Amino acid sequence: MNIKEVTQETFEAEVLRADVPVLADFNADWCGPCRMLKPLLDEIAARRSDCKVVSINIDEEMDLAEQYDVSSIPCVVLFKNGVEAERSIGFKPREAIEAMLEA
Amino acid sequence: MTDLIIVGAGPAGLTAAIYARRAAKSVLVLEQAAYGGQIINTPSVENYPAEPQISGIDLATKMYRQATALGAEVRFEQVTAVREAGAFKEVVTPKGTYPCKAVILATGCENRKLGVADEEKLIGRGVSYCATCDGAFYRGKTVAVVGGGNTALEDALYLADLAETVYLIHRRDAFRGDAATVAQLKARENVTILYHSTVTRLCAERRLTGIEVTDTAGRVTELAVNGLFVAVGRVPNTEGFAPLVDLSEDGYAAAGENCRTKTAGIFAAGDNRAKEVRQLVTATADGAVAATEAVRYLNSL
Repeated sequence: MNIKEVTQETFEAEVLRADVPVLADFNADWCGPCRMLKPLLDEIAARRSDCKVVSINIDEEMDLAEQYDVSSIPCVVLFKNGVEAERSIGFKPREAIEAMLEA
Repeated sequence: MTDLIIVGAGPAGLTAAIYARRAAKSVLVLEQAAYGGQIINTPSVENYPAEPQISGIDLATKMYRQATALGAEVRFEQVTAVREAGAFKEVVTPKGTYPCKAVILATGCENRKLGVADEEKLIGRGVSYCATCDGAFYRGKTVAVVGGGNTALEDALYLADLAETVYLIHRRDAFRGDAATVAQLKARENVTILYHSTVTRLCAERRLTGIEVTDTAGRVTELAVNGLFVAVGRVPNTEGFAPLVDLSEDGYAAAGENCRTKTAGIFAAGDNRAKEVRQLVTATADGAVAATEAVRYLNSL
């Protein structure tokens, strides 16, 4: 599956009401580590059907970032059943991101 | 057995990998976080020869691709120990123990922490060490910057353009950084400088809500801030090197211009080495020197 861009309008349906765990990647175009993390998230999204990966551009969606207390990016928040289960801040190897899903 | 293990995939480590591969040695680079090291957070690098202006991430990616195209293997594993094993060395990560003949330690530096309670817990929830990385989250907000060097002054100036109010907190009565930047800061109406002061407590609920500042007279003030930017210097990542490498008083790896440490076959390169100038170009220079010395060492075995 591809990574879907999510906005304030679609966040509830795409993330909070999703029937699988969601990795929500808060990022921005100007953020170097975000650009490094992107291909790893693409890989996870392509390989796994037991989870979903979405992207939130903080320059467009600052309210969402604030709502979830995101103040440093990249920040990948894992949502399970509409609730934050864990988050990872900064660039991490793919295994570390996937480890959140196994927990 | 791998000829050379390089710990750290920043500019020093990747340059060392390029040189060692061109000398036909087998190379494994171990990196705990992202390749590129400190420069990946630099929006624009303008002092690297032949690249008048390039983003840190693009420059790092070029170095990474050059090293891997030459056959260097890069694995993302955190090195927990480096030790001697008879005539050889061993590098340990949570995934295994890698035997090798020579090691280049190119582990760089990390941001110095303030050392107040809950600091680590609040990283990414109001506490930051990089104004250009995280400043965007504080448009129209109130922030504090701690430190007295150029990084603190430049961070405060950068944030003054974004935030509504900036407090600059410094433990002394004068700044170490450039007088011109200090003058620029003093001219900003939204910047308040607190001298003789340190941050003694972080106030937080789900995220940072304020800081407690104590001055040298013992007066305690609580400031409501949305963000705290810590710019109190950097510390070398040399923890655990001690038995094999002498460290300077401030923790840098003692190795001369030839990057040799006191242990034969172990070299130090880049920002973690005791030296005068820590710049991208001196890191890559160290990488070249350390690899050349390592190749000489390997050829002598």
